[in-house]
Order: sequence, then C-alpha cells, then structure tokens
Amino acid sequence: MTSALVVDAALVLLVLGLALWITAARAAYGAAVGFVAYGLLLTLIWVRLAAVDVAMTEAALGSGLTGLLLLGAAARLAPYEAAEHQRRPGLGLRVLVGVLCAAIAAGLAAVVLLLPDPAPSQALAVAAHLPATGLGNPVTGVLMAYRAVDTLLESVVLVPALIGVWSLSTEMGWGGRPGFLTPWRSGSALPLLARVLPPFGILVGIHLVWAGADDPGGKFQGAAVLAAMWILVMVAGLREPPRVSDRLMRFLLVVGPLCFIGIGAAGIRLAGAFLAYPEAYAKPLIIAIEVGLTISVTAVLGLLLAGPPVPEPQYQRQSRRRS
Amino acid sequence: MSLALDLFTIVAVTLGAIFFLAGTVGLLRFPDTLTRLHALTKADNLGLGLVVLGLLPQATAPFGWIGLIAVWLLALLSGATVGQLLAEAVRPPEWDQARTPDASPVGHPNAPEASSHD
Repeated sequence: MTSALVVDAALVLLVLGLALWITAARAAYGAAVGFVAYGLLLTLIWVRLAAVDVAMTEAALGSGLTGLLLLGAAARLAPYEAAEHQRRPGLGLRVLVGVLCAAIAAGLAAVVLLLPDPAPSQALAVAAHLPATGLGNPVTGVLMAYRAVDTLLESVVLVPALIGVWSLSTEMGWGGRPGFLTPWRSGSALPLLARVLPPFGILVGIHLVWAGADDPGGKFQGAAVLAAMWILVMVAGLREPPRVSDRLMRFLLVVGPLCFIGIGAAGIRLAGAFLAYPEAYAKPLIIAIEVGLTISVTAVLGLLLAGPPVPEPQYQRQSRRRS
Repeated sequence: MSLALDLFTIVAVTLGAIFFLAGTVGLLRFPDTLTRLHALTKADNLGLGLVVLGLLPQATAPFGWIGLIAVWLLALLSGATVGQLLAEAVRPPEWDQARTPDASPVGHPNAPEASSHD
C-alpha cells in the first residue's frame, strides 16, 4: 500500500515539475518534446486510476499524435523564433495573461474542491442498462449509446479540422499531394522499419477496435495506431500521400460520419429517436459504426499530419533533395 | 517451486532496473550524441529484455508470454531503427567523405535545408 503511494506521489510530482518546465521553456522544440513526455506520464496516472481507455487515448492521441503535430509546428516555426524572442510583450499584457491563467487554475481547483461527496454519477444506471447494448465495455457503451451525439460530433469535427489544414494550401498547390511528410533519405533504416512494422501495427489497430466492445480500446485508439502505420510508410517514402483531389480518399474521409448519421436517422423510424438503436440489432449496428468511423478517423489523422497540399514540382523537388 | 520462480522474477527485474538506471546515467553524463545513443539503446535492449524475462513466470501461458515477448521484440526493432536514424542525423560529414573519397559533397543530413520539413 505504502509503496504504491510512493509511486503515485512521485508520478504527481514528476507531472507537476514537467508541466512547469514546459511552461518555462524558451525554445518551442524543447517544450514540444517535454509535452510528449508529459503525455506519457499522464498515461501512467490514468492507468493508476484504472481508467485504461483514457490512458490509451492519451498515449495514442494526446501524447503521440498531438506531440507529432507540435514537433512539426516547432520545426517550421524555428526560423522565426529568435525574432519572436526579441519582441517581448509589454508589462501590462504579461500581467493580464498571468492573472487570467491564475484565474483559470483557481477556478478549476475550486470546482474540484467543491464537488459534492459522493460525486453525482450515472455509473450505476449505465451498469444496469449495459446488457441492452450487447457491449461489455461500459466506456464504449456510454460513447456509442448514451452519449452518441457527443461521439457523433467529435468524429464529424475531425473533417472540418482537415479542411482547415487544407485551406492553408497555396492556390497552385490545390489538388496536389500533402507536402509535410516528404520522404526521408533512401538507404536509411527507416524504410526497413516501414516494411516490417505495419503488419503488426495493423493487427494491433484492428484488435483495439474489435476488443473495444468488451475491453479497453476502441475506434480512436485503434485508428491512431493505424494512422501511425500509414504515416510511417509515407515518411519512409514507400508510398506517396494521396492527392487531396482523390475521390476515393475523400469518400473514406466521410464514410464514418455518414454511416453514423445514416444509422442514427434510421433510428428515428425503427427505435423512436435520433441515434437510438433497435434493441435486437444494437451490437451489430454499433460495430458497423465503429468500423466506418475507424476508417474515417484513420484517414483524417494521417492526412492532418501530412499537411496542406503543395504544387507537384515542389513535392518532387523536396523528395529529390532528401534522397 | 513458486518461491524459486518469484526469486527469479525479483533478480531479473532488479537487474533490468539496474540497466535502465545505468542507461539513464549514461544518457545524462556521456559527452556526445553517439555515446548517449549507446547508453540509451543498451538500456532498452538489455534492461527491457531482463524485465520481460523476469515477468514471464508471472504471466499466464501462452498468450501472456507471447504478449510480453512481442513487446520486447517491437521495442528492439523501434529502438534499433531510431538509434540508426539519430546516429545518421548527427554523424560528422567527414566520415562519409573518408569512406567514399571521390563522392561529391551531397547535402549533409545535418544541413539545415535537409532537416527542415518544408
């Protein structure tokens, strides 16, 4: 018992110290690397709290994918960073930012400290009604049945996010291939990894989606692993990212949300409410939605990292420069 | 028998933890990137290997064993690859020229235009 307490206390201190270090770090690149380590420590804390689903999401999306996006942004911003440090904001602005941040921290602390004891919870009601969904994992049950509108919106919101990234493309680049993941030099160890790892990664990704019905896992975690394999193949130069004008790829981007909305709308007729499932078919319908969403989330996550499209000659020049 | 297995677990996991400690000390104390990489990959390979070996008697056969060994093999694969990539990115350009004296001075991996992503 006490040894577990020591480990937990050490984890908490590490997370707090790392968070302070990230906030104080001057260089964006160092802060992004710190953010990845921070995500991994948070993952351990979620595991200690027995929230394995949240831990997997944090590791795959919070730390891994967001970390990669931040590292890419830091690398792109590096040339302007020195100039940015010269222009120090005025005292008034700095005080204002400090006060607002302190207010947010105090507000969060107040909310946590003022929670009623025991905290209000629907957990018992969910556990009582879970068999109706045919699922064994209560997290998946809540996400797919009781809070399905939230899940629908958070899977749809990925598509506008990708449109936002694409709209950063120049006019000449539109219709071309995404330009951030130009292939690494040939002859390095990366192409070997990109050939050996994907079979295992794809297996793990599909397993996470499938096991998500009854055990920790699910479409977002599985899709993050699948997207990582795709990105690995693109960075190694074994496959080019698809053109943003590619019709099949655009269809894959929206097939998940379309499937979700379609089944949800059918629920109005069959079960009496939007996003309600007829009881006899709840599990097959939920699995159909999970599979469709996995495909779309994988495609969106991979293309988010692949960045806005660039003109074709520029893409080839970048590829050559690296080989 | 189970006492012997528990003792084996304790010894192997402790040895693994010592390798991780030594690797971390090396990462902090060694003078340059290549020697630090050596310390780091040694901790990954041997330290994790010993921890996995120590945990095998505690896992359920056969799927627990397969899972643990798969974790170790995948960490070996990714660790070795990342080590190669980092070493390739930091090695001095003279090394390439020493190996192939008549090679034209191609873009050095560390040069800014090759390491930026745009």
